[in-house]
Amino acid sequence: MNIVVCVKQVPAKDAPLAIPEGAAWIRETDIGFELNEPDGYALEEALRLKEKHGGEVVAVSMGPERSKQAIKEALAKGAERGVHISDDKFYELDPLGSARCLAAAIKREKFDLVLTGLQSDDHGFGQTGVLLAELLGLPHATIIMQIDAADGRLKLKRELEAGWFQWVELPLPAVLSIQSGINKPRYATLKGIMAAKKKEIATLTRAELGVTVSPTQRIERIYVPKKTKKTEILTGTAKEAAAKLVEKLKHEARVL
Amino acid sequence: MATTTTTASQSVARGGSFLVESPRPEDVFTPADINDEQKLIAQTTSEFINDEVVPLIDDLEHHKPGVMIGLLKKAGALGILGGAIPEEYGGAGLDKVSSTLLSEQLAAYGGFSVTHGGHSGIGTIPIVYFGTEEQKKKYLPKIASAELISCYCLSEPQAGSDAQALRTRADLSKDGKQWILNGQKMWITNGNYADLFVVFAKVDGDKISCFLVEKGTPGFSVGAEEKKMGIKGSSTTALSFENAPVPKENLLHEIGRGHIVAFNTLNAGRFSLGCYCLGGVKRTIEVSSKYSKERTAFGKQLAEFGLIRQKLAEMAIRAFALESMIYRSAGMMDAFMASAETGTNKTQHMMKALEEYAIESSISKVYGSEALDFAVDEGVQIFGGYGYHEDYPVARAYRDSRINRIFEGTNEINRMLIIQMLMKRAMGGVLPLIPKAMKLMEEILAGPSFEEGSGDAFAEEERMVANAKKVFLLTSGSAVQKLRDKLAEPEHQEVVAALSNIAMDAYAMESSLLRVQKAAARRGAGDVGVMSAAMRAFLFDAADRIEHEARTVLGAVAEGDMLRTQMMALKRFSKREPGNPIALRREVATAVLAGDRYPFEYR
Repeated sequence: MNIVVCVKQVPAKDAPLAIPEGAAWIRETDIGFELNEPDGYALEEALRLKEKHGGEVVAVSMGPERSKQAIKEALAKGAERGVHISDDKFYELDPLGSARCLAAAIKREKFDLVLTGLQSDDHGFGQTGVLLAELLGLPHATIIMQIDAADGRLKLKRELEAGWFQWVELPLPAVLSIQSGINKPRYATLKGIMAAKKKEIATLTRAELGVTVSPTQRIERIYVPKKTKKTEILTGTAKEAAAKLVEKLKHEARVL
Repeated sequence: MATTTTTASQSVARGGSFLVESPRPEDVFTPADINDEQKLIAQTTSEFINDEVVPLIDDLEHHKPGVMIGLLKKAGALGILGGAIPEEYGGAGLDKVSSTLLSEQLAAYGGFSVTHGGHSGIGTIPIVYFGTEEQKKKYLPKIASAELISCYCLSEPQAGSDAQALRTRADLSKDGKQWILNGQKMWITNGNYADLFVVFAKVDGDKISCFLVEKGTPGFSVGAEEKKMGIKGSSTTALSFENAPVPKENLLHEIGRGHIVAFNTLNAGRFSLGCYCLGGVKRTIEVSSKYSKERTAFGKQLAEFGLIRQKLAEMAIRAFALESMIYRSAGMMDAFMASAETGTNKTQHMMKALEEYAIESSISKVYGSEALDFAVDEGVQIFGGYGYHEDYPVARAYRDSRINRIFEGTNEINRMLIIQMLMKRAMGGVLPLIPKAMKLMEEILAGPSFEEGSGDAFAEEERMVANAKKVFLLTSGSAVQKLRDKLAEPEHQEVVAALSNIAMDAYAMESSLLRVQKAAARRGAGDVGVMSAAMRAFLFDAADRIEHEARTVLGAVAEGDMLRTQMMALKRFSKREPGNPIALRREVATAVLAGDRYPFEYR
């Protein structure tokens, strides 16, 4: 089974973020970057499927030169090849633009399955995987908790609300968005890291892919949410206060 | 594993040459040159230590059976134990920059990093560099996987710093098939669970030699776990040999050449020790910075107080100087390795590299252990009363740190070694210290000249660094002139230590400056503001320290007119622009607090 896994490089979770005056994106100098955590689960799932069914895993990423690191991590963990869509302005793309670029690159591959993480830890649109399936004209399922592949078909466990699950079946090829926590991603071993240096990373540009994008949405502004702290003291006897609290939990907080 | 492409342009610097040469910024390796693969090695190690080791600290501190061994086996599977072992023997064969990164990450828990150092460092290196093909094949793959735990056994109850006074003896059995060992060893890291013991003993009364002793050897026994002040997670025991027979083929290297094995191993161990310490300083910054925001006093966060900010800044500044030195040295070792002609035995060449940079390795050990001791002390201070409580990680870090100034050659011994090695290189003509000192004398006698500012953004700092080296030449020249070969005698240790301090600070100053200059050239001067502040604050204080040490030396070795002339020269070389270190430290503290971390990682 040949699997394409989409991996994104995002600012490190604990990186101190600075937003330049009036900018629509964070200041990228002096912060660390890492593999988008949800994509780490997709990568692990891809590696496990490959180990079970054979084939190869190709890691695809888009972004500036530094984003190759996400591909290298995938290669170190066991992916066979990498495809880097080199794009210094990728952060200006909306999810549709991103998906168009990725779809164009993935169409060049012979694959049975495309895996993505559920969403990215930076923009968090959660749409790229779905749009990718549409653009590739393939069936798609989200929030995948378990994948059983047999005879060219997939049996998939999806997570629903309130502890419910759903089993669905899809034919291959397909595109899946993997739920975070589905597995425990492996470490890259030092041997794997050394071996990754010999693996191929193909570089493509938007122009080479023949993709022109006109954003359908753009980020106006980003800002740190203002802290709004409102403390209300409930007065009266304990009984009265408790009654008021229940009322508020029911109708204001709506948690009861 | 090759380092970054920038290494290609780096010429190979001689060990100790920092005192007589002025490399260009592009000639030195800095953390900004660390490549993607090297970062991945750091990442794997960091994930391992944080996910697997840190949650078990309580069990490890109490020596819960099997826990440390289990972790070592996991580390072995990831390749973390085989950094020094060539790939053909099951190791990762890491370059120096990668193994530096790895050591730094392991410092998250002192008990583990010391165990790692005892096993993968000094317990492995003797076999890698001096083992026969059979010995390497037999032991190294199992050391890499933790199937065998190794340890280095040099110290004895009566022989610590004076290791050559060891009394353990090895006599050939009557049938000539075995070595019979008798004696005791002390402070053996990993003693309790080691399977392989790299033991130093004397043959024929005075020929120091090295033997590989396996667990279970008759007459060989391991003492009880020592009750240590810190690094409690690691095992430390005494060893006893009573007519313990060791197969003849377990002699490592040659009879009477054991001291070569011991010293080369310690060169490597000292360098790594500085790397562990660097990682420890960074960890201390993280916990201290976080706590300074959680805790309030007088209605403010601790982080808002000037004296707390000063502490956080100073930890980061010392880490910066240490890191600049360590990665510059690691880069030099890797460049030395890369310069090997094809067909050269890589292992032998690496040993030469360790020997070449033994001065830099001792500096890494001394500077690193003292930076960490400073950081954990201030860490405890920031935590206040809670810092004195075992429930808080700084209390453990404080205890764990203290040993670093003692083992792998005390800092006192290493200070002596730094100057002894420099002098040996000067006398042997490897380092042109003597002609440089003579040229300086001419400069001094010619009187002050009006130095033209280059107009460069770092002109003042360049001058300070150049002056630091001149002060070293002035003081070491004066000391050598007066004391000549008596300089090595115990009664002049104070002078030697002061010279050592000048040399170390000069290396730290220059490495910090070159790193900032390299970053400024790469990213633009506007983008290195905070790093530049850290460097400037460091230079400001280091220049003071150097002047102080120089006065100490000159006062001890010169007198009369000579003393006056040299003091005048010192004054000239100590001249510098006034600065505002408080403002510089505030800038650094703000950067620390912004991310609760050391702010110059990979920069």
